[in-house]
Amino acid sequence: MKNSPIERLLNGIIKENPTLVLMLGMCPTLAVTTSAKNGAGMGLATTAVLMFSNLIISLLRNFIPDRVRIPGYIVIIASLVTIVQFVLQGYVPALNDALGVYIPLIVVNCIILGRAEAYASKNSPINSFFDGLGMGLGFTVSLTILGTFRELLGAGTVFDITVLSESFYTPITIFILAPGAFFVLSCLVAIQNKVKNRKAKETGVPAPAGGCGDCSQCNNSMCGSRSFFDMTVDDKKKEEE
Amino acid sequence: MKELILLIIGSAIVNNVVLSQFLGLCPFLGVSKKVETSLGMGAAVIFVITIASFVTALIYKFILVTLGLEYLQTIVFILVIAALVQFVEMFLKKSMPALYESLGVFLPLITTNCAVLGVALNSVQYGYNILQSVVYGFGIAFGFAVAIVILAGIREKIEYNDISESWNGMPIVLVTAGLMSIAFFGFSGII
Repeated sequence: MKNSPIERLLNGIIKENPTLVLMLGMCPTLAVTTSAKNGAGMGLATTAVLMFSNLIISLLRNFIPDRVRIPGYIVIIASLVTIVQFVLQGYVPALNDALGVYIPLIVVNCIILGRAEAYASKNSPINSFFDGLGMGLGFTVSLTILGTFRELLGAGTVFDITVLSESFYTPITIFILAPGAFFVLSCLVAIQNKVKNRKAKETGVPAPAGGCGDCSQCNNSMCGSRSFFDMTVDDKKKEEE
Repeated sequence: MKELILLIIGSAIVNNVVLSQFLGLCPFLGVSKKVETSLGMGAAVIFVITIASFVTALIYKFILVTLGLEYLQTIVFILVIAALVQFVEMFLKKSMPALYESLGVFLPLITTNCAVLGVALNSVQYGYNILQSVVYGFGIAFGFAVAIVILAGIREKIEYNDISESWNGMPIVLVTAGLMSIAFFGFSGII
């Protein structure tokens, strides 16, 4: 079961859910979850990129020289993002307009480079493909949940279908505006902390610091803590000394 | 001239890059523990985004548009930005050691900051000319610097407060950011 396609799929959706557990890719998560539809669209676009970037990088893993692998990965990812953008423009222009600049910004989503570096560059193409699919679906599920939650509170609808009619519910508009995103995420992290703290008390092991909060201690391979030519900030300091 | 000033105010305060557009959230939350470091990060971001928006605007206008390759913008911009940050770093190290000393550690963090790419893509989308792009980039970066310094100031105060266990750490910082975002909404009427 270990390292099989199915295990990878479930790992991405549940055990290592990129948004809810690893707290990666926060920028698009907050920006596009104003409605369930936008969240799901963004998630699926990212999934498409993630599956194929993992597949291609895994196929090329023995050919890309180590020193320039990050630029190589970025070129592959950026090409895929451009293709996805064309597809969206061609077939779902409304979604493309709603997501706007966040579609090309999939390139700098930490999840994609993180998976390329942490998984695809070391594993077989089939497993990498399913790892990408799992991670992407995990991302989609959490974005859709966040979007549903915000849309329900902020506009009283889910997927544009009115659930809470205005006759008895006054929408709390702030939830679909920028501040609402911060509040919803903060509640989410607080719940996560609660679970972690309870586990820590049961096992006696102190809980690790939550989420993608502290870049200086972050070991996620690409979440901003490394430079383009793969040198961590610590290496840099060492080199200077 | 008046238009440019309005552009700066609009991009720095009204459409603040982190608080209303959610770009550059990682450094915003990650490097805002102390006012001093956040000042360094803010300065580095201003420096890099201003240069990057100039260079990407030049490349877009004179290379991509001339050759009819506008659809390659995402690929070209990300590579140009990454290479540019590397060059800026080397240049500062060689010729301005004092500036490098204060900004050096922050430069590599900025390469993957989505704000840099976001600014370049936005100025193309809004159809800005080269001067407008540079001014817009500067305004956005200035807004980032203001937001991160304010957040760091608040976090230094929060440090000593008694916060319930689950809300300690990131959640309370996110709530703070949310309240700041509401405050910045108040500016939306001025333009």
